[in-house]
Amino acid sequence: MKEIYFDNSSTTIVSPEAARIVMKVMTEDYGNPSSMHLKGVAAEKYVREARVKIAKTLRAKENEIYFTSGGSESNNWALIGGALANRRAGNTILTSAFEHPAVSEPLKFLESQGFHIERIPVDREGRLRLDVLREKMTEDVILMSFMYVNNEIGAVNPIEEIGKMKTELCPKALFHVDAIQAYGKYRICPKELKIDLLSVSGHKLHGPKGTGFLYKAESAKLLPLIYGGGQQGGMRSGTENVPGAAGLGVACEEAYTDFEENVAYLRKLRARLVAGLREIPDTVIHGMPGDEGAPHIVNAAFLGAGSEVLLHTLEDRGIYISAGSACSTHKRAGSPTLTAIGASKAEMESSVRFSFSELNTEEEVDEALAVLREVLPVLRRYRRK
Amino acid sequence: MYNSFLIKYGEIGIKGDNRHIFEDALAKRIKTVLGRIEGEFTVRKTRGRIYVNCGGDWNYDETVTQLTHVFGVVGICPVMIYKTGDMEKLKADMVDYVSKEHAGEKATFKVKARRVDKTFPLTSMEVSAALGEAILQNFPDLKVDVHEPDILFDVEIREEVYIYSKIIPGPGGMPIGTAGRAMLLLSGGIDSPVAGWMVAKRGVTIDAVYFHAPPYTSERAKQKVVDLAAQLAKYTGPIRLHVVNFTDIQLYIYDECPHEELTIIMRRYMMRIAEHFAREEGDLGLVTGESIGQVASQTMQSLVVTDAAASLPVYRPLIGFDKNDIVDISRKIGTYETSILPYEDCCTIFVAKHPVTKPLLHIIERSEGKLKEKIDALVQEAIDTAELVIAK
Repeated sequence: MKEIYFDNSSTTIVSPEAARIVMKVMTEDYGNPSSMHLKGVAAEKYVREARVKIAKTLRAKENEIYFTSGGSESNNWALIGGALANRRAGNTILTSAFEHPAVSEPLKFLESQGFHIERIPVDREGRLRLDVLREKMTEDVILMSFMYVNNEIGAVNPIEEIGKMKTELCPKALFHVDAIQAYGKYRICPKELKIDLLSVSGHKLHGPKGTGFLYKAESAKLLPLIYGGGQQGGMRSGTENVPGAAGLGVACEEAYTDFEENVAYLRKLRARLVAGLREIPDTVIHGMPGDEGAPHIVNAAFLGAGSEVLLHTLEDRGIYISAGSACSTHKRAGSPTLTAIGASKAEMESSVRFSFSELNTEEEVDEALAVLREVLPVLRRYRRK
Repeated sequence: MYNSFLIKYGEIGIKGDNRHIFEDALAKRIKTVLGRIEGEFTVRKTRGRIYVNCGGDWNYDETVTQLTHVFGVVGICPVMIYKTGDMEKLKADMVDYVSKEHAGEKATFKVKARRVDKTFPLTSMEVSAALGEAILQNFPDLKVDVHEPDILFDVEIREEVYIYSKIIPGPGGMPIGTAGRAMLLLSGGIDSPVAGWMVAKRGVTIDAVYFHAPPYTSERAKQKVVDLAAQLAKYTGPIRLHVVNFTDIQLYIYDECPHEELTIIMRRYMMRIAEHFAREEGDLGLVTGESIGQVASQTMQSLVVTDAAASLPVYRPLIGFDKNDIVDISRKIGTYETSILPYEDCCTIFVAKHPVTKPLLHIIERSEGKLKEKIDALVQEAIDTAELVIAK
């Protein structure tokens, strides 16, 4: 059976070139960058090259890139390190109501430590309420964290707009952007967008798992979260994950090679899927319509078909997607994003996410649509009475 | 440090002429479980006792854990073995034992010596008195109480001297393999693994059957049941688990029968399929985790209707247990953490909002009549496509 992988927002296949360099570093150039001998120097070169590659994609400086263990660490570091470093300047942190748990949970922790968190609501399509945000941008704000692309529905936050408002209303505040679903899909220049901290994860863009980075503007005040041997300028101790960094560097470079074509291709896949879904009755598509939304994410509720059951049904046919929330709602809380956009219970119980990479094809989209048209009537026939 | 365990077993001792069968089964089971860990163990049966002597690179905690997984074991006494000698050496050994095992304790004690080796010059009574004396002299915080001592020192003079004073409770019951086989209807919940454990504890070898319903239940739910069976297998030995795909039967019942009767009819077909595999395995009964009134399908009335689908006896060891009692056992035997993983019964589609609680057999049978066109073929297909997993 042919495999159709439509779960690229969960993780992606590692690119052959990234895998190759990871293997090479592991088996040949395995030195510790901190060692003084040649082996160490050779290893350090990989880390430096990766940093150069990544900095280039953001039009940033090399010394603004710090390697981490992935998106969660980058987010935790940016938020906790950023809040602690700036706590004398104020106590308020602004964020959106539909952030990923890797942002919302560290913020809950900071809340428990006495920081004041304001969560800005979003509308039915996932648009940030800029009017509310404007009101909350006060002198007391020290940190703001807004995701670039929402991981569940692909809604896009107006990062440029937020950056401008920040400059005008609370210029002291640090601006953190969780770009884990956006990097490689948008050209991001933190400097132009007034972003101080930016989180990226490697395995969402054909890099290895356990890799990622945090962009930190030179001027941004941030405390380290991990202390130890003083690697990465003392900001992030621990022997560098050299193979991981090398693989990440390759993946980042590839993500911005043929960038315009790739994004246009993803948009084409997405539009094709959305058009097909619109013809399936009782289907609600979440998020922003057309090119407003992210190019690679489609979230749809097939009312009356349990999301997990649909997931397993498609899995049987070799199609991999992800389910927002369990169909047994009394056991699990609904998804934070769908709750934030005010989705109904029926929508939450039947929502699934399709997410593409440039390795997917239009034939795969057509195949998935055909399978959906075939299985949905059967699944919808069996419901709890 | 200890170098031996005395295994105490209760009920086996009273099984008359068949006693050796039970003892052999127990000794064999002990050898099997100790085979899973590092160390060289010899299991010896002597005069109504079983000793496990430990050598090689063995670990105390690991060994005790394995022994507490053997049904039939009532108590596990860690023993120190000393070479035989004269009374003076014996006193010195006694003092050595107390200083290692009960140093600094403030307690009352009694010494119970037994002279199995009758060539030893003193009688059991004399040895007890002399050792008690030695303890009193060396440990001022220990006082004699011959009626209700806190610590009872057992001293056995055999070809070597065995001293022990601690007893770790075992699970009790009867050795596996001494009471026939039974088929457990295993789900991913809390109850059925406990039910299987309780029946196995009476010496019964356990087979199992699990009904899954992809895509309504996930691969993870199945893995969870395999994991539960593997946890049970630590007590019972490898379990033959029959995994039956129940989806088509379930959908057919949904299509043809009254919705509020769905669960009870489903359970009757599960019983029938379980019985098929039970007969194949040579099982003498079915085992379920039901307890009266826990859910609609476990009322007295429902149990009558479920029972009628099976001709083998249905054993329900949890029948009078409250949920929290079941949870306690489940924690004790190590299945709880797996049972509460959230993969079970993900789909409530097949659970009616208002199921019958007092079904009548003739009405249910009439509903089942609506299935006659296809159900035999579907049941046969479920049996033919079942997968056998050996959980261990």
